Amino acid sequence: MSTEGHPAEPPNESPLQDPAAPAVVQQGAEPLLAVSGLHVEFRTREGVARVLNGVRYHVDAGETLAVLGESGSGKSVTANTVMGILEMPPAAITAGEIRFRGEDLLTATASRRREVRGEGIAMIFQDALSALNPVFTVGFQIEEQLRQRRGMSRRDARKRAIELLDLVRIPNAKGRVRQFPHEFSGGMRQRAMIAMSLALDPEVLIADEPTTALDVTVQAQIMDLLAEIQRERNMGMVLITHDLGVVAEVADRIAVMYAGRIVEEADVHSIYRQPGHPYTRALMDSMPRLDQRGQELNTIKGLPPSLTAIPKGCPFHPRCPMAIDLCREKDPELLPIAEGRVSACHRSDELMRDE
Amino acid sequence: MSEPILQVRDLVKHFPVKRGVLFRRTIGQVKAVDGVSFDLNKGETLGVVGESGCGKSTLAQVLMRLEPATSGTALFEGQDIFSLNGSALRRLRRDIQIVLQDPYTSLNPRMTVGDIIGEPFEIHPEVAPKGDRKAKVRELLDVVGLSPEHVNRYPHQFSGGQRQRIGIARALALRPKVIICDEPVSALDVSIQAQVMNLLAELRREFSLSYVFIAHDLSVVRHLSDRVGVMYLGRMVEMGTEEQIYEHPTHPYTQALLSSVPVPDPSLRGQREIIRLTGDVPSPVSPPSGCRFRTRCWKARDLCATETPPLVDPGTSPVEGATWPGGDEGASHPSACHFPEEKPKVVA
Repeated sequence: MSTEGHPAEPPNESPLQDPAAPAVVQQGAEPLLAVSGLHVEFRTREGVARVLNGVRYHVDAGETLAVLGESGSGKSVTANTVMGILEMPPAAITAGEIRFRGEDLLTATASRRREVRGEGIAMIFQDALSALNPVFTVGFQIEEQLRQRRGMSRRDARKRAIELLDLVRIPNAKGRVRQFPHEFSGGMRQRAMIAMSLALDPEVLIADEPTTALDVTVQAQIMDLLAEIQRERNMGMVLITHDLGVVAEVADRIAVMYAGRIVEEADVHSIYRQPGHPYTRALMDSMPRLDQRGQELNTIKGLPPSLTAIPKGCPFHPRCPMAIDLCREKDPELLPIAEGRVSACHRSDELMRDE
Repeated sequence: MSEPILQVRDLVKHFPVKRGVLFRRTIGQVKAVDGVSFDLNKGETLGVVGESGCGKSTLAQVLMRLEPATSGTALFEGQDIFSLNGSALRRLRRDIQIVLQDPYTSLNPRMTVGDIIGEPFEIHPEVAPKGDRKAKVRELLDVVGLSPEHVNRYPHQFSGGQRQRIGIARALALRPKVIICDEPVSALDVSIQAQVMNLLAELRREFSLSYVFIAHDLSVVRHLSDRVGVMYLGRMVEMGTEEQIYEHPTHPYTQALLSSVPVPDPSLRGQREIIRLTGDVPSPVSPPSGCRFRTRCWKARDLCATETPPLVDPGTSPVEGATWPGGDEGASHPSACHFPEEKPKVVA
C-alpha cells in the first residue's frame, strides 16, 4: 500500500492531471493533517482485533472531510489515535504516520503531543454528558485549559470563557458559566463542549458524531454553528458520522470506512451521483429517505466482519453482490478511479461505467 | 381496513414530582402525555414521531398497561383496556405486544434465546401446550430470519440487529393483533436498520398485524407508516396520512421538523429552506399556556397564548381569521394550530 496521502487540492480546482500519479501533488502543499498507513490492533483475550488496517486521509485548512462508516468500522479509533488519547494497552499502533503540518505526531515527544492537543487539533465527542466532568462548573472546565496553557489569570480566563459561550450562542452566558453540566440541556451541553474545544484556537477540529445524540431540530442548530465557526476561522474539520444526510449537507470530501480501512474517497457531489465502491452504493440504497416512500429497502446482507477474523481478500466480499473469485483472494488496493477519487474495489471500473 | 382496533381518547399520563425526605410533598406534575386521541385501524401502521421528551414512549408504556393512565380511555376491540383486571387483562396481553428500543438491555443476559422467546408460553400456557413449545420457538426464529439452531445461545452471542430480531420473535410468540414498536431500529446501523424494517413490513403482511410505530427518525416513520401523528410536549399536534403529513404539513412544528432533516443529496445543498427553531423544548412540568409550541413558533400571536388549539381539521376551523388555502382536498387533515397553513416544498 502506498504510504502517501491523497492529492491535496480541492477537486474542483485541479486541472486535468494523471490520476495515476497522486504523489506528485503531495510535495507542493503539505496538508494540514495527514494520516497514512495507520494500523492499530487491540490485543484482547479473544485474540488480536485488527481495528485499523492502513487508514489514510488528509484534511486541509477550511475544508470538511467526512469520515463515514458503521459502528466498528474504526472511525472513532482513527480519531482517538490522531488525538493521542487511545488507551494503550490494549491498543497498539503497529504502523503508520500522523502528520500535522508535516510533523509526525507518532514519533513526537509526549510534551509536544500535549502542545498539539487543543492548540493544533481539538476534538468534540458524541456524548457531551459523559465528556464533561459533572463535579465542576462548565466555566471552570473551559477556564482550566486557558489558565494552564495560556497562563491566564482567573479573571481573564472567566472573561474569555463567557466570550466563548457567547460565541456558541448559549443564552445568558454570564450566568450559565457558573452552572454544572447537568443544568444544561443536551443541545447546550454540546455547545459548551464546542466552546471548550475552541478555547485554544485549534487549526483542526475533529467532531466525533457531534449530533447523533440530539434531536433533529437541535442537530440543525449545531451543524449550522459548526459550519459557521469553521468558515470564520478557516479550520480544517474531520466530521465523523454514520448519517448520510448530515454528510451531504456539510462535507466537502467523504472518506468511507469499512473494517478498519478506507474503501472509497471522493468529493461529496460525485460520490452521491455515482458511488465508486459497492459498499458505498449499498449503504446509500439501504437508507430510508424522507422524500421517498419506498416499498422495500435494499439491504446489505449479513453482518460486518469480526475484527479478530477479517476475511481474506476484500473484507467486504462476503456481503458484496458483485464479488468474484479475485475478491476472495486478493485485497484490493486503494487506487484512483477518477479525478480526485480513489476506491478499493477490483470491479470499480464497472461501477463507474454503468449508470 | 377502516375498522378501528384500538381507539384512544383523551389519554393523560402525569408523573408526580416529589420533594422532601421525611414529608414527601408533590410539588408538580410532569405532563408526559396530556390529552392524546387517535384510532388505530386494523392492518394499519400508525407512525408516531416527535423529539425526545414529547411523550411518545410514555404513550407506549401506558397502552401496554405498564404504567397506569392518569385519565382517559383506550378501547381495544371495544373493550376498555384500563378497566381490565385479572384474567381479562392477561387475555389482553396476548393481543397487544411491544418491541423495545434497546436490544442490549431488553433481553435477559442469563436466559437462552429459546427461553426468552418461549417465556410468553409459560405465562399463557393455553397458546401452546408444553410439548409444542420447542417447535414453536424454532418456527419463530425462522420467521424472523434467525437460524433455529441458535436456540440455545445467549443474547451476547448475537449482534444488535439479531437481538432486535429476537425481541420481535418474542413479541410475535403469542400471535398478537397489535404490536407497539418503540424506536425499534434507532439503535441499529443503517444497513442493519434496513433489514429489520423490511422484516417488520413483511411480518405485518404475513400475520395481518397492526402497528403503532414510535420513532424519532422521520424517514423511518414515513417508510413504514400509513398514517402519522406528530407529537410535541405531550400532545398530538398534527395527524394525517403519510402523504398529508409529509407532502402537505400544516402545523408549523411539523414543517420545522421535516425541514431540519438532512437530505442525502448534496446537489440540494443551500436550495431548500430550513426552518431553524430557536431554543429548546420547554419543560413538561410547566408547559406554556395555550399552544405548547408557541414559545418557538414564528407565527405565534396573542391568541396562541390564551387558547389551546384543538386537533381538528382546519377545513372546519372554529377560529375566525384562520387561513386555510383549501383547494386540495387531500391536504385537509387535523392540525392543532390556530393558523394552519400549507408551506410549499418542505420536503425536497
